[in-house]
Amino acid sequence: MPAVTETREQIEKLGQSTYRWGFETDIEMDIAPKGLDEDTIRLISARKEEPEWLLEWRLAAFRQWQKMEEPEWAKVAYPKIDYQDLHYYAAPKKKPGPKSLDEVDPELLRTYEKLGIPLHEQAMLAGVEPEEGAEPRLPIAVDAVFDSVSVATTFRKTLQEAGVIFCPISEAVRDYPELVRKYLGSVVPAGDNFFSALNSAVFTDGSFVYVPAGVRCPMELSTYFRINARNTGQFERTLIIVEDRGSVSYLEGCTAPMRDENQLHAAVVELVAMEDASIKYSTVQNWYPGDENGRGGIYNFVTKRGACRGARARISWTQVETGSAVTWKYPSCILQGEGSVGEFYSVAVTNNFQQADTGTKMIHIGRNTRSTIIAKTISAGRSDSTYRGLVRMMPKASGARNFTQCDSLLIGDQCGAHTVPYIENRNMSARIEHEATTSRISEDQMFYCRSRGLSEEDAVGLIVNGFCKDVLKELPMEFAVEAQKLLAISLEGSVG
Amino acid sequence: MSNFLKISGLHAKIEADGGDKEILRGVDLEIPAGELHVIMGPNGCGKSTLAYTLAGREDYEVTAGSVSFKGQDLLAMEPDERAAAGVFLAFQSPVELPGVNNANFLRTAVNSVRRARGEAEMDAVQFLKTVRAATKSLSMQDEMLKRNVNVGFSGGEKKRNEVLQMTLLQPSLAILDETDSGLDVDALRIVADGVNKLRAPDFSALVITHHQRLLDYLSPDRIHVMAKGRIIRSGGPELARQIDQDGYATFLADAA
Amino acid sequence: MNSVDISVSDVGPFAQRLAAAGGVRSLAANAFAEVGLPGTKDEAFHYTSLRSLNRLKFIADSVVPSDAELESLIDNALPSDGSLASATRIVFVNGIFSEKFSTVSGLSAVSFTHGTQEEQHSVADNDLPLVLLNRALGCSTAELEVPEGTDAGTIVILSLNFGNATEGDEAPSFHPHLHVRVGKGASVTLAEMIIGKGVYLNNPVSVINVAKEASVTHTKLQRESADAFHLATVSPVIAERGTYNSFTLGFGAQLSRHEVHAYLEGAGSAVHINGAQLLVDRQVGDITSVITHAAPNCISRQTVRNVLADRARGVFQGKVFVERIAQKTDGYQMNQALLLSETAEMNAKPELEIYADDVKCSHGATVGALDDDQLFYLCSRGIPDAEARRILVEAFLIEAVGLVEVDDVRAALEGALSAALVERIGATTMGDGSLS
Repeated sequence: MPAVTETREQIEKLGQSTYRWGFETDIEMDIAPKGLDEDTIRLISARKEEPEWLLEWRLAAFRQWQKMEEPEWAKVAYPKIDYQDLHYYAAPKKKPGPKSLDEVDPELLRTYEKLGIPLHEQAMLAGVEPEEGAEPRLPIAVDAVFDSVSVATTFRKTLQEAGVIFCPISEAVRDYPELVRKYLGSVVPAGDNFFSALNSAVFTDGSFVYVPAGVRCPMELSTYFRINARNTGQFERTLIIVEDRGSVSYLEGCTAPMRDENQLHAAVVELVAMEDASIKYSTVQNWYPGDENGRGGIYNFVTKRGACRGARARISWTQVETGSAVTWKYPSCILQGEGSVGEFYSVAVTNNFQQADTGTKMIHIGRNTRSTIIAKTISAGRSDSTYRGLVRMMPKASGARNFTQCDSLLIGDQCGAHTVPYIENRNMSARIEHEATTSRISEDQMFYCRSRGLSEEDAVGLIVNGFCKDVLKELPMEFAVEAQKLLAISLEGSVG
Repeated sequence: MSNFLKISGLHAKIEADGGDKEILRGVDLEIPAGELHVIMGPNGCGKSTLAYTLAGREDYEVTAGSVSFKGQDLLAMEPDERAAAGVFLAFQSPVELPGVNNANFLRTAVNSVRRARGEAEMDAVQFLKTVRAATKSLSMQDEMLKRNVNVGFSGGEKKRNEVLQMTLLQPSLAILDETDSGLDVDALRIVADGVNKLRAPDFSALVITHHQRLLDYLSPDRIHVMAKGRIIRSGGPELARQIDQDGYATFLADAA
Repeated sequence: MNSVDISVSDVGPFAQRLAAAGGVRSLAANAFAEVGLPGTKDEAFHYTSLRSLNRLKFIADSVVPSDAELESLIDNALPSDGSLASATRIVFVNGIFSEKFSTVSGLSAVSFTHGTQEEQHSVADNDLPLVLLNRALGCSTAELEVPEGTDAGTIVILSLNFGNATEGDEAPSFHPHLHVRVGKGASVTLAEMIIGKGVYLNNPVSVINVAKEASVTHTKLQRESADAFHLATVSPVIAERGTYNSFTLGFGAQLSRHEVHAYLEGAGSAVHINGAQLLVDRQVGDITSVITHAAPNCISRQTVRNVLADRARGVFQGKVFVERIAQKTDGYQMNQALLLSETAEMNAKPELEIYADDVKCSHGATVGALDDDQLFYLCSRGIPDAEARRILVEAFLIEAVGLVEVDDVRAALEGALSAALVERIGATTMGDGSLS
């Protein structure tokens, strides 16, 4: 039996037992009744004690949303979502927005501990060996978002001393209203698309980061999202602003319990980078993908966009997408500042009945702007995975450059891999290069590894990790190790 | 210990151009423990097929015959089980593994084999020490460890990398499939040294080659001539010299 | 027979002609009226708008020049070295088969029939709008059959199109239909050449059936009038181990679309869908292909090169679709474009949709300007800048034309390319094709 056939069979045997984050936390919640109308929005806004302008902003978004239609162009299929059959607000009852870790519900601390997320400031991720010559690790500050609200943010004092603001966005609305008002919706307007409009109307929490001019953020910032409650949509909103010459590296992780029904997650992330500023945004997306029969799992409909507003600004998106039943996500860069740089590094793994339609948009507006896209897609089981990307050179983008490499790996003959790039050049001195390949793991490589004593799982794991290396090396080290394990687990049965 | 490696009546075919093609047509060969045997033969006679079949390549289907290795049925084993059991094939064309770091690959292989043999796995420090000692003895740059497996390696570097793997995996049967092809004299000597260092009463080797050159450094015990999928002649080292001088023509005529 | 029930607003410029499309054509006419012309919301027309057709009313009547004039035009259309002069020739004038100028009597082994497209009236669910339009309004059909095992050599298919003056808002539309059946093990080279004058729409449809082990080379030299619209659909279907090797070279029309739907139906079959276009002024040229691998062990190759000057806009869409059954597919596609001016534009969408796992598919795309280093190198050898640019552009395009394997046909395309380059590169306005 050829190695790949066996791999396929093992993948087919793969059950939901492999999702290791599928437990549920029993905690007392404050939940809004199901349904979405202007009253729901007023309720959310009131619970969060928001200023009038924000309520108005939400309501305007809601009115736009009501006129919009759910997009159908992506290569994903799912039953119609009943937006009136969801809860739009769910928060742990005990003291939302605690001031210190001591005030956090111990049940929540245990949940994050179980997920391996260090909410104690002395804690570090264990079991990581620094590679030779690797940069010394920065400590990690974490904002933990449980269902709709932030439950803990660590290292705030250290960050404050450096001038960096890192807090739940609901707190930023209260404490830094002028910043939030200036930038919220400035990169992703409320009416940008169906899901961004919905998010703008009902978002509940998320992270806010502000790095002042000349400051390199002294630690990695991280938000860990956890969906727990049933029938609850999660709509978080992240806003990161880095002023001239500032820099920050931000990580995002997410998991959810295993449930038979699908859950909706529609986040919006906005990044603003000013002159010479740099933002590195990394995601390890591991929402519950559903079981081997395609039951349950998260609908992950996310709008992420960064604006390089100043000259030589740099925004880098790195994502490892292994979770969710359906993913619809295109982290993008608006390259406005002269010489600004956009990067997109992506690994998307789908197995069983997962569907992913993901990619990026690089809009080159300024002169000498540059972008790089490296997308690696791995499809197994009966899944479908699509890379969809847009590179657009506007008439003034003289000297702009783009390089795109999309590679797909198929494991098994019941899955699909698709590549849909849109390439638009309106400037003669701009240059676009695009390459794409689709193949499977070669029998030669498998035999070579196995003849050196590697088991089939180890061999597939090694080759898949090699295939993804150009992306994984962009992740901060802790995440890279995590991501490698995650790749293995997502293809478990073949990857060990 | 004549039951070290015993190949009896081995037939194997490969699927090619929609049909099956029989390549091995009844190979009989015994290699006792501690001996170094050589297979020579014209192109297309089945030498590489024999090597691949012994290492367990799936596209070669064994249709008849048996191979016993240290009392075990070798043909019933998966390729990685064969490696753990002590079979090592040095590939004629080593495969490139893009993105896979060479050191990481070596360590994964070594520890897989050690685990299967019931030995303790090596930690990073131990492994690094072992591998550095090995690279030094093979005159290899440590830099090769940081590169991706065989990617962008020259022909000579690839072959040395094979010998490095052999040194680290400590096989009891090494099969060298034209490891000497395309090597200069210095590299040739390094390959031979690698084999000679492993020579022991419980280590055997099967060397596939076209040339006497490599054999000058190896002192083989037996030479076998292969043609049309069978061993047609066996003899002592003098056989290799005879082939080097006269070619295969006389043997082929005899066999016909 | 069905009556035609067409609401004028749906079909805009074709309302008058469709209303007259009675009889067996009414089925296609109604089907077209239902879907209408594709808009840019249709993914297949994302980059190419057909809106400019709406300025016109298309009519059935057209003016045909005198025989003497036609004769000299035909002579001019063929390569000046006379290389294809003796080849069998099938001539269409304004979309209608012209017996007088064709030399089908020279066809010995090949059977040729022509008719009035009455038998083309059937309609399937997946018919493309522009094919329905052809069926609804077409008035001439040509059928070519190459019997089993025959080498039919080169057949020139010449289309001469004559439209109205640019001032009016009426223009004729031509909808010829060509069906070629190439029998088992047979081979043929089809060399299409199109020239034109004035305002008109040319909407040709070709269906090519390539039987088992048959081999077809199909080239097209498109030199429609600068004011014309050219919307062509070619559908080759290839059986086991058959090959279809095509090349389109486009210079003409204000708006052109060359759309190929290749269907690799039999195991071990191969297609080459290559092409090049050189566009100036405000021309829009669209080369679109969908290659479906529906059987194992098939090969598809695509090389398309575009040169865009002035305010020209090039579009390339290429989709390779690999069905689950199509294991061991080998697909490769490369689209390259050169932008020669600040206002030129290129849009490309190379697409892979793959459902089989044992495949090797890749595509590449590049868009950019001429290489400064190469330009400098040529100039440093004493070649003036304008000349150096022309040389580089020619090299870029001629490399693609080199993919045509039939010598005299390739030479004809190369000759036409050289002439077009001299005429077009550096010029800010476009000449009137080869008819002026």
